[in-house]
Amino acid sequence: MQMKRWRNAWRFLPLLSVIALTLTGCGNEQLTTLLPKGEGSEMQFNLMMLSLYIMIGVFVVVALIYTIVLVRFRRRGESDNEIPEQTEGNVVLEILWTVVPIILLLILAVPTVMATFALDEGTEKVPEGATVVKVTAHQYWWEFEYPDLGVKTAQDLYIPSGERVYFELASKDVLHSFWVPTLGGKMDTNTATVNKMWLNAQEPGTYYGKCAELCGPAHALMDFKVIAQEKEDFEAWAESMKEASSQASTDQAAQGEEIFANSCIGCHAVGADGGNTGPNLTNFGDREKVAGILDHTDENIKAWIAKPSEFKPGNNMPAFEDQLNDEELNALVAYLNGLKVEE
Amino acid sequence: MSAHAYKKKNPIWDWLTTVDHKKIGILYLASGAFFFLIGGLEAILLRVQLLYPEFNFVGAETFNQLLTMHGTTMIFLAAMPLIFGFMNAIIPLQIGARDVAFPFLNSLGFWLFSAGGILLNLGWFMGGAADAGWTGYAPLSTTSPGNGVDFYVLGLQVSGIGTLIGGINFLVTIINMRAPGMTFMRMPLFTWSSFITSGLILFAFPALTIGLALLMFDRLFGTQFFAAEAGGNPIIYEHLFWIFGHPEVYILVLPAFGMFSEIIATFARKRLFGYSAMVFATALIGFLGFMVWVHHMFTVGLGPIANSIFAVATMLIAVPTGVKIFNWLFTMWGGKVSFPTANLFAVGFIPSFVLGGMTGVMLSVPPADYQYHDSYFVVAHFHYVIVGGVVFGLFAGMYYWWPKIFGTVLNEVLGKLHFWLFFIGFHLTFFPMHFLGLMGMPRRVYTYLSGQSLDEANFAATIGAFLMGLATIIMVWNIIQTAVKGKKAGNDPWDGRTLEWAISSPAPEYNFAQTPLVRGLDAWWLEKRAGNKAMVPAEPLDDIHMPDASILPFLLSLGFFIASLAAIFANWAIAIGGLGVVALAMILRSVIDYHGYHIHKEDLPDEGGEGK
Repeated sequence: MQMKRWRNAWRFLPLLSVIALTLTGCGNEQLTTLLPKGEGSEMQFNLMMLSLYIMIGVFVVVALIYTIVLVRFRRRGESDNEIPEQTEGNVVLEILWTVVPIILLLILAVPTVMATFALDEGTEKVPEGATVVKVTAHQYWWEFEYPDLGVKTAQDLYIPSGERVYFELASKDVLHSFWVPTLGGKMDTNTATVNKMWLNAQEPGTYYGKCAELCGPAHALMDFKVIAQEKEDFEAWAESMKEASSQASTDQAAQGEEIFANSCIGCHAVGADGGNTGPNLTNFGDREKVAGILDHTDENIKAWIAKPSEFKPGNNMPAFEDQLNDEELNALVAYLNGLKVEE
Repeated sequence: MSAHAYKKKNPIWDWLTTVDHKKIGILYLASGAFFFLIGGLEAILLRVQLLYPEFNFVGAETFNQLLTMHGTTMIFLAAMPLIFGFMNAIIPLQIGARDVAFPFLNSLGFWLFSAGGILLNLGWFMGGAADAGWTGYAPLSTTSPGNGVDFYVLGLQVSGIGTLIGGINFLVTIINMRAPGMTFMRMPLFTWSSFITSGLILFAFPALTIGLALLMFDRLFGTQFFAAEAGGNPIIYEHLFWIFGHPEVYILVLPAFGMFSEIIATFARKRLFGYSAMVFATALIGFLGFMVWVHHMFTVGLGPIANSIFAVATMLIAVPTGVKIFNWLFTMWGGKVSFPTANLFAVGFIPSFVLGGMTGVMLSVPPADYQYHDSYFVVAHFHYVIVGGVVFGLFAGMYYWWPKIFGTVLNEVLGKLHFWLFFIGFHLTFFPMHFLGLMGMPRRVYTYLSGQSLDEANFAATIGAFLMGLATIIMVWNIIQTAVKGKKAGNDPWDGRTLEWAISSPAPEYNFAQTPLVRGLDAWWLEKRAGNKAMVPAEPLDDIHMPDASILPFLLSLGFFIASLAAIFANWAIAIGGLGVVALAMILRSVIDYHGYHIHKEDLPDEGGEGK
């Protein structure tokens, strides 16, 4: 009777292994921590693996004893009334399973402490010539400022690849956390203090970033992108950002520019002009996503402007559906799409 | 007043005024189970929302309320009272006492807890529940619109006072009320671990009280403790919360460890292996539990020195925890292990909890934690620890002690179905979450975008949650069935080892007609092996002095409830009135003499209700 029940248990093994198999994929390569593409994320990945291997070793020992116990020391039915020997314990064993784990933890602790310090290296005194980015988190968007270059942007973070880029992180409203899994671990953006870290993208590419601290209803949608480019491409981008023109090129766009100047500029800057309570839109036309989450289509831009809280619940942008008619929206979209710094 | 007259009281009045630890235990268990079902329902709704990418089931605002209330409810309103329920129902019996040290305070602790629990959940019906996470980090919590977070702050504050009172009561009870011969090193492990848990409550809850008080001042009275623009700093709140929050994990899991120690030994029919090592490991875990709170804050930016120190301290906790795991395994080694539902949960706990411990060590590595932190990896980890440890422990304890508490036995067939469905559902829900976190999914997100390889694991997790829900329905059915037509339990259905199995099921009002003499560890087992049918009494049969019932704990808690509810809506006249009720109850308690009453020895049943 007892044995039968255990045989039932093994039936679930295939189910579990199927689940495990479908899950052993490493995830989206722009988002996952399991295919690291940064200096930091690689250090972190190696420590994850080291700790995992040590822990699997421990698990195997436990599983072995566990299996032996469950197979060998079962009570065989109600009639099995033998009273086992009432062992008090074993000092040698107690010492063994105290000392061995301590040794294993030492093996883990040394590289852990080394990496903890290595990841903080240079953040207090940034090396000469390195790119510095000030990250300011807002409900629910990201502001990126390059103080040395005199450039400000939002949502898409451009960095040079192949070198450490230093970040100063803070928040304007509530706590957020700045996380680009593929490039490196996260750091909170606090309201009262400035945090510092670096990321190093080893190759050019686009990586997804997330907010990792509950910050309100649209926390799940506070996505951004990191665009890592070769150094010269990055420098060219920064240069064109500085020279970016906010001049409309068509009549429709000119109408849109006027609407922008009346309705939007209080919160959104283009180039150096405009407010700072909403994302900077200097290179809006280059962005792949609207508000970090919607595909960049005219329809989506119009829908967003009409009713932003439909897409990011609880965000601070007012709805313009009653203030702008369709023609005005089209003009605005034409103007916004013209805001490009890349070819 | 005789015992006879006492029993004739109106049952509702009786439950409102009881100071009997066994009845208070049942009150705790029933309300804990009620909140467990609510918290579970909230979890199911969360998982349905995450069934598909960009799925719209409850929406963002409600999702944040659900995730906040799920965590808060499960920790403070389900796990805590269920543990207090078992402590109340079992510990006085295990140490051979007639009641706890302060029966009045015991009742007060329960009613304060339930006032706080109801208050917390009233948010749902009065404009929305709390939505800033169970951690309630400022400034999200201080700026959250509506009254939801006020319900959280005041509800937790009131129920926290109840918990603190309960903790102190059990410290005193275990130190002072042990039967003759029950030395500290003869105490059953459940009593030992509850003793250490009570000590942790004593030192940990004040930190939460302060954190919540500061939040309350910021929200209700316009102070700026956590407002950066006015020179405040929200990191202070994080420290206060986790100075409480980390020990809280051990407050929950240590009593569960104690239950496993008893259950595994009983069903292996063997003495607990390495008893003194187990006691020492428990104490060490409790001590180290206060040294590691910063591992919840590795990404806050406290710098590499703080992170390294707390990383090493955190790793150290793995050592005593490992000691416990091996001692449980070696308790079964050489034993005669049988597997009723109680032991299935205990044996199922071992691999589940070891997985949680493994990820715990992985999380203690700060650089790796920069990746895991606030991702689904952490969600997986703490559910492996809290469900795999605490909830499995509570289920094991329920099947094990049900006969002693209610005098009936839970159905074993339904019990085993409950275990297997729950066990499989649990792993199906939480195992994939490790991968979700590693693949870049932050926690506390109401949705995820398609095309980010997160779909399959989320789907699997939701199916697992349904299985756990089904298992819980079966458990509830089992409880209803047993309550209606349960099989009568004997005094000692499991061939138990500790004192509670030496008296009748359920225990009589006075527990022990004569205080027993304890002659070693596993006192009842020793007497049985020596051929005795009952414990040897340590005193002659005499009249038994019993404490008076009182309505004051209920009134006092009602006063706190009214005051808090009024404060949330800034109705200060009623709030002061509520505090007036509190003051009045305290004055009455101080000026009225309580003499208690006696159960006369002539009224006691033959044999004192002891033995088989």
